[in-house]
Formats: sequence, structure tokens, C-alpha cells
Amino acid sequence: MNLDNIFGIHAKAMQLRSYRAEVLATNIANAETPNYLARDFDFKQVLQSVADERSALKVTRPGHIQAGDAELMGEDLMYRVPEQPSIDGNTVDLQIERAEFTRNAMQYQASVRFLNGKISGLLRAIKGE
Amino acid sequence: MSLMNVFNISGTAMSAQSVRLNVTASNMANADAISSSIDQTYKARHPVFQTILDDYNFGETGTTGGVRVAGIVESQVPATREYQPDNPLADEQGYIYRPNVNIIEEMANMIAASRNYQTNVEMIKASKQMLSETLNIGR
Repeated sequence: MNLDNIFGIHAKAMQLRSYRAEVLATNIANAETPNYLARDFDFKQVLQSVADERSALKVTRPGHIQAGDAELMGEDLMYRVPEQPSIDGNTVDLQIERAEFTRNAMQYQASVRFLNGKISGLLRAIKGE
Repeated sequence: MSLMNVFNISGTAMSAQSVRLNVTASNMANADAISSSIDQTYKARHPVFQTILDDYNFGETGTTGGVRVAGIVESQVPATREYQPDNPLADEQGYIYRPNVNIIEEMANMIAASRNYQTNVEMIKASKQMLSETLNIGR
């Protein structure tokens, strides 16, 4: 029994969600830095590519290299298209960033709940209640 | 752990904004500090923010980072000259010099700095909540 299969995509999703929280925190921290360009990544696409990579690189022998955990991060960052460009070259829209951060936090917590549900299910099965 | 980095990032933003608040307070306190020579007159100061991307504390990839105060620049607006011959600080011609502090601009700066500070406090609170829920997985 492989725990990775039981927990499914949630572990990867939480990793990506916490990275996205970091990216959005960077945007908000630099809300008033001249020439700073707000960045973000397409969560769905990156999660898809992480999931694909995991299934593509199967470890069938000792010595095979496992697919990296967080290597995709970084190069997937894209620049946000500003809705209201400002004269100092900063493209952070605080409202959008805060809304996205809150959404991201809620989705992270949803993953946490799913994991909790799986674990309590497992525990129940172990105890034989 | 990425969520831990949010503390670092928002922390740098809070310290940068508190520098900005300090500078604003200094400008407002000196708004009426007149002097008898144009060189000795207080000049309004403003911090310049810069992104930190090269610090190893932030993110392994160097793509996320906080903010720091790159420097504090003095305003180049000339000090206002005022004719007040009765003032003990007046020069031989009877003029005094007032700092180039724009109180309205400073008030706006103060509000923006404190709002930004609050936003970053909220970020830390939200990340703290996310982390403590994560720590409670399986409990």
C-alpha cells in the first residue's frame, strides 16, 4: 500500500499552494516598490505538469532517479497584466493580490481538510471500528 | 517550507514601511523648523524601496523575496523664503527659510504606509493560520 496513492494529488497541491502564497506575499510586500512587476503562475497548468511528471518517471529499479519535488517552481512564473498601470512602473494591484491570497489560503485549507478526512478514514480502518 | 518564507517576506515589508513611517514623522515634526540660511533648512526625505531577490533566506529559486529600503533621498524642491524681519532667526535682509515639507503629501504617505503595514500583518496572520492547520493534520 502506497501512502502517496492514498493522499493523491493533495500533497503536491499543498506544496504548490504554499509556494503560490509565497509569490503573492512577495507581490504584496512590493506593492510600493518602483518598477516591480507582479508575478503569479497558472496553478492548474503547473499542478498538471507536476502530476504528469510523477506518472512519467516511474521508479522501477533501485538507482532510478525519482522525479524532483520542487524543481518546476520558478520557471513557471509569469507577469501579471496590470489593470491600472502606474507611473512608477509598479504593476501590483493590492486588491487583486489580496483576493488571490485569500482564495489560495482557502484552497490550501480545503486540501488540509481532504487529507484529514483520508487520515481519519485510515485510522478508523486500522482500529476496526 | 514556503509558508515560512511568507513570514520573512512580510516581515521585510513591515520593517520597510516602518522606516517610511519614521521618515514621514521626521518630515512632519520638522515642517515648521525655520532657519536663517537656505543651506541649514531641513529638507523633506523619502525612502526608496527595492525588491530583495538575491537573499538566500527567501525561496530556493530566487524568484520570491521581500523589500528593503535602498536609500533615503532628500527632496530637491527649494525652501520657501519668507519676509519676517521681527523673527530672531531672520537673516540680514530680514528673511527666514521654511522647509520644503508638503504636509498634505506627508499625510497621504503616512496613511499609505500604515495601510501597507496592516496588509502585511494580515498576510502573516493568514499564513500562521494555514501553518497551524497543517501542523494539526491527522490529529
